[in-house]
Amino acid sequence: MPAPAIHLEHLSKTYLVPEREAGAGAALRSLFHRRMQAVNAVADLSFDLAPGEIVGFLGPNGAGKTTSLKMLAGLLHPSGGECRVLGHVPWAREREFLRQITLVMGQRNQLVWDIPAADSFELNRAIYRLAPADYRRTLDELTGLLELGPLLRKPVRNLSLGERMKCEIAAALLHRPQVVFLDEPTIGLDVTMQRRIRAFLEEYNRRSGATILLTSHYMADVEALCKRVVVIHHGRLLFDGNLSDLLQKFSATKTIVVQLEDCVADLHQFGEVVDCEDGRFTLRIPKADTAHVTERLLTSLPVIDLLVEDPPIDEVIDRVFNLAPDVDGSSPEEHG
Amino acid sequence: MNTLYELRDLGKLYAQQLRTTFATMVQYRASLIIWTISAVLEPLVYLVVWTTVSNGSGGSVGSYTAGGFAAYYIVLMLVNQATYTWIMYEYEYRVRQGSLSFSLLRPVHPIHADIADNLSSKLVTLPLLLGAALVLGLLFRPSAVLQPWAIAAFLPALVLAFLLRFLVEWTLALAAFWTTRVSAFNQVYFVLMLFLSGQLAPLALFPGWLQTVAFVLPFRWMVGFPVELALGRLGPLQAVEGLGMQAAWLGLSLLLVRFVWKRGVRVYSAVGA
Repeated sequence: MPAPAIHLEHLSKTYLVPEREAGAGAALRSLFHRRMQAVNAVADLSFDLAPGEIVGFLGPNGAGKTTSLKMLAGLLHPSGGECRVLGHVPWAREREFLRQITLVMGQRNQLVWDIPAADSFELNRAIYRLAPADYRRTLDELTGLLELGPLLRKPVRNLSLGERMKCEIAAALLHRPQVVFLDEPTIGLDVTMQRRIRAFLEEYNRRSGATILLTSHYMADVEALCKRVVVIHHGRLLFDGNLSDLLQKFSATKTIVVQLEDCVADLHQFGEVVDCEDGRFTLRIPKADTAHVTERLLTSLPVIDLLVEDPPIDEVIDRVFNLAPDVDGSSPEEHG
Repeated sequence: MNTLYELRDLGKLYAQQLRTTFATMVQYRASLIIWTISAVLEPLVYLVVWTTVSNGSGGSVGSYTAGGFAAYYIVLMLVNQATYTWIMYEYEYRVRQGSLSFSLLRPVHPIHADIADNLSSKLVTLPLLLGAALVLGLLFRPSAVLQPWAIAAFLPALVLAFLLRFLVEWTLALAAFWTTRVSAFNQVYFVLMLFLSGQLAPLALFPGWLQTVAFVLPFRWMVGFPVELALGRLGPLQAVEGLGMQAAWLGLSLLLVRFVWKRGVRVYSAVGA
């Protein structure tokens, strides 16, 4: 049993945030007495990642995903618990550790703004002390996979968001890290670019065996890349397992799409009518009743077409996120 | 052997950072001009004021004639430019923007990129300032006693002054880890610098007790001392003393930097990132 690439045990992080109400009176009072609020960003988080896994890290805004990633990357010191990434304690920031990891933050640039991406790459080469031959080989590979060719000579500020993101990802992978942390890498990108980056990450994982921990709000990312997901909510672990198990566990319903002539018929006896457009009814029914309801629909209505689906993954995740009441009581807000 | 490779790789890093900064700077020609103008303007104002005062006080103030003041402020302009940093503003910005996180992810101490960036910016502006110095020299007729040994000692003094000032200001920049209100903090430092480094007035013109204070504090060793040395205003013993003080303060600031950096990284809460 190989040692886990990433190991967390009861990891926690509490922030002290100054709190004050709006208004001039409150502002004046805060000069004399600052009220601090303890925010449990992460509480008692434990899980392991085996080398080469691609794992999705899900949670609503404010759940503690980015805080966790930053602790794993060594940017933050935790308030408690233990953590090992590739055998190192991340916040010790040993050089050997930093050489083997990378953190890509969506919409954040490490590339120097005014010069071509290629020059920023050269800077990274010097920073990570990459041998010229290795560097060339990696750069060529990344250029091919990400289709960077014409982009490298343009100043970064002249690139579109998608092009910039591709270059950012390339820059982050030049030193062939064994562990890749991705914080919303596809945010703000168009559909085509998202698909390209997903395909790239999959290929990169296949070729390099790198362990990838990815947070994303796009379920398509998670569906495409992650067999396993870790769900975090209010700083606590809510679920750790296969994505399909998550959907099974938290979705008690199926969706039936029935195409009729028009929307006149009343289908409430069959199940919850979610929507109807041009004769296309969307019904939601308890999973157990699927076969039964389908049979009744087919026998009692002039059905043109019928489709049985799992509920959209977004809907399931939404339900998961809206679960679990405040266990702490000290979490000041629900979302956002 | 390992250290040799490390130094070589560090050298490569500096060279690459130099290229990067240079490439970035030449894109902002307008701001370069403005920056140069402000670097010239401040010492120029003091120069004009003091030469006027000197001419009005019977030709000299203390051991400085009008020509002496002119020489002092022209050399001060160059030395100040050589030792100057803007790193405190830089760190405040970086913490707010969250770009400091990227520095922390790298397997190399961020101070190296900062030093390389500082030096390469100055390389770009140096020709402009030398030109300005020439013009001022023609206009104000500076006078000084140039001693070969003093000129020789000037170079190490300048290097030490640069390192000392950079380390101290870099340490102060790390206040950004603890507070987002670094500017207020910086102002105290700037005021002390103004009075005690020899910028407002040559330190020889201060009362005795103030000169003693300036001797003990690091500010004179960052700017004033190399200027006085170059102008032949110090004897050999004073020069050696000065170099010693520079070295001592440099050692102290190295310890301080390490201490503050370690604490700062611990406390870093990645605000804004």
